[in-house]
Amino acid sequence: MPADSDSPASWSRPHVLGLQELSATEITCILDRAAEFKQLSTEGETRLSILKGITVGNLFFEPSTRTKTSFSLAAKRLGADTVDFAAAGSSLSKGETFIDTARNIEAMGVSTMVVRHSTSGAPHVLSRNLRASVINAGDGTHEHPTQGLLDLFTIRQHRGSLEGLTVALVGDILHSRVARSNIWGLKKLGARVIVCGPATLIPPRVEAMGVEISDDLDAILPELDCINLLRIQAERQRSAFFPSIYEYAHFFGMNGDRVRRGKDDLLILAPGPINRGVELTPDVADGPNSVILDQVTNGLFVRMACLALTHEAATRGKGGPA
Amino acid sequence: MSSLLLKNGRVIDPARQLDAVTDVLILDGRIAEVGTYAGHADEVLDCTRQIVCPGLIDTHVGIRDPGFEEDETTATATAAALAGGFTSIGAMPDTHPPVDNAAAAEYVVLQAARARQCRVYPLGAVTRDHAGQELADLGQLARSGAVAFTDAKTPIASAEIMRRALEYSRMFRCPVFSHPQDPTLTAGGVMHEGLHSTLLGLRGMPAAAEAILVGRDIALAELTGGRVHLMCISTRHAVEQIRRARQAGLRVTADVTPHHLTLTDESLSSYSSQYKVDPPLRSAEHIEALIAGLQDGTIDAISADHQPFAAEKKDRELDQVPFGIVGLETLLPICIRALVEPGHLTWLQFIARLTTGPARILGIERGTLAPGAEADVTIIHPDHAWTIDPSRFRSRSRNTPFGGWQVRGRAQTVLVGGEIRYRAS
Repeated sequence: MPADSDSPASWSRPHVLGLQELSATEITCILDRAAEFKQLSTEGETRLSILKGITVGNLFFEPSTRTKTSFSLAAKRLGADTVDFAAAGSSLSKGETFIDTARNIEAMGVSTMVVRHSTSGAPHVLSRNLRASVINAGDGTHEHPTQGLLDLFTIRQHRGSLEGLTVALVGDILHSRVARSNIWGLKKLGARVIVCGPATLIPPRVEAMGVEISDDLDAILPELDCINLLRIQAERQRSAFFPSIYEYAHFFGMNGDRVRRGKDDLLILAPGPINRGVELTPDVADGPNSVILDQVTNGLFVRMACLALTHEAATRGKGGPA
Repeated sequence: MSSLLLKNGRVIDPARQLDAVTDVLILDGRIAEVGTYAGHADEVLDCTRQIVCPGLIDTHVGIRDPGFEEDETTATATAAALAGGFTSIGAMPDTHPPVDNAAAAEYVVLQAARARQCRVYPLGAVTRDHAGQELADLGQLARSGAVAFTDAKTPIASAEIMRRALEYSRMFRCPVFSHPQDPTLTAGGVMHEGLHSTLLGLRGMPAAAEAILVGRDIALAELTGGRVHLMCISTRHAVEQIRRARQAGLRVTADVTPHHLTLTDESLSSYSSQYKVDPPLRSAEHIEALIAGLQDGTIDAISADHQPFAAEKKDRELDQVPFGIVGLETLLPICIRALVEPGHLTWLQFIARLTTGPARILGIERGTLAPGAEADVTIIHPDHAWTIDPSRFRSRSRNTPFGGWQVRGRAQTVLVGGEIRYRAS
């Protein structure tokens, strides 16, 4: 059974912390493994035993619904037990540091930690303080690697390859961890990337990441193969980045008219949760160009791939079965 | 009459532009003579191949006593100062309660006397409770020993309050120390705003936040005739502004820290809280400008900006940990590596930034080996190679990014008022 076989030699990391540090080969390795899991699933093979006997901890120091559910399901599909941790009402509220909290959970026999945290870099700090594998499920405004990977997977599924595609990331680039993971992943796999949004939401020196910058969605629209509509994160904004939601939607919202002016096969992605009527109108969200629900489905397989590969690498590293 | 002879050292006294191998004779705690001495002395210290210079002075040190003794006490801060070669330090007023009244300043003086290590000069708060609303009792603070006023790491946001502080403090001939970072631009920031803040997803603090307050403070120095001291300058623009102000004859001084001379914002890539400082570590172009400012005297002094924090306070999420590192015990070798070894500063210039510069800023009669001066002397072994080991710090805190660095040069012997208060083990 292909999915139960050894992982390719191109993957040797015990952690998935971000797409910045991964090579194109490593990213492809994850996507290929995810494709194997997806194939098995369509063949009805939904219960695997790769993680049998291990426990995956979901450490969500910040609330999440879809990512947490997706990781839990991915772990269970691989045969693992899961244990959930949520910050609200936990010992964190009694003053314990997040490192101590994680160490305690590790001490209960958890060997893979899926970590979501509102502070950028928190999973990196944990990876240095734990023996467990750490998978970043979103850290502050830094990276959200599995979301980036599922976006890549979804585009690849519909286009076969990312090489030479033009992809726009539209919206709040400044506060978006999804944007950073997307930029690294898309660039490494050969896509042209344009970040587009109000000037106040474009991070300083972002062009050094190899992207182009635009503040005119209508001007770039005809060139795009894919558009990824990032959520406007009102909760992250400490001051006025744009005058009103109405004005934002007017300049940067995706509506039926804009879809018609784009390429016929324009792919529309959104990491969600989406604000209907802001980043995109309902007819676009539910229309034929939208692959938003494909993204959610694919997230499961990408996360299974990350869990399996890191577990296998960590086991090899400890002298376990090769 | 007790006498102590420092024999055959390289005597560097920037106050008198002296750099020569010779002897220093100390009689009853004061410098008696600098020059070849063949007479008798009760005690002789052989200083061959060592540097004999005035005791080093740091203009602003976080002592954190009272209120935060888990970080540092007067005893541990002054012990750390001696181990770093410092004989005088200015004590930041950001304690709990803050040093915004006469009794609080007297407490600092009393604790320093009890510790009996280096000299401690209290800095008084500019505003009551550092709240930036109303002036603290500046006159009574000065009468109780305060040599300067500052709200420490809290920028004085109101130009009106800063103006009145500069005008009022003129009566006591005390400078106002400013932390020049516009708080509306740095709110929530963790690091320098630039490429690396974008890559790391950490909220940035733009260099412009410094330029804006430096510009304002220079304008207010001109308006009021008061003395402004700009702490921890970190940007190219600030250096240029200060240079122009000095050329215009304004009473503006400035200092830099060793970490802003050696580390860049790229260090934050490790997400280690040991690199979280305020102002933030900048990019390489700024370091170049800071060194040029030290070379031409635009920047008068180097300060460790010693900010001790107990391990549990630094062992948290990056956006929750306090800003700052300990620096008293690492300043000398880090600066030798950054400034003297590459030839940016001569030893004479370097020692000036640690003696005459800070003495002038604080307005204290220290920082010289002139005959008659109290014998505050630091003897430095410039070639001593060692590895920085935070577990051996005298400071109660160990928050430093320099642990493990292979360095050269350290204070070997330190005298305060002619008395040997520290010898390296």
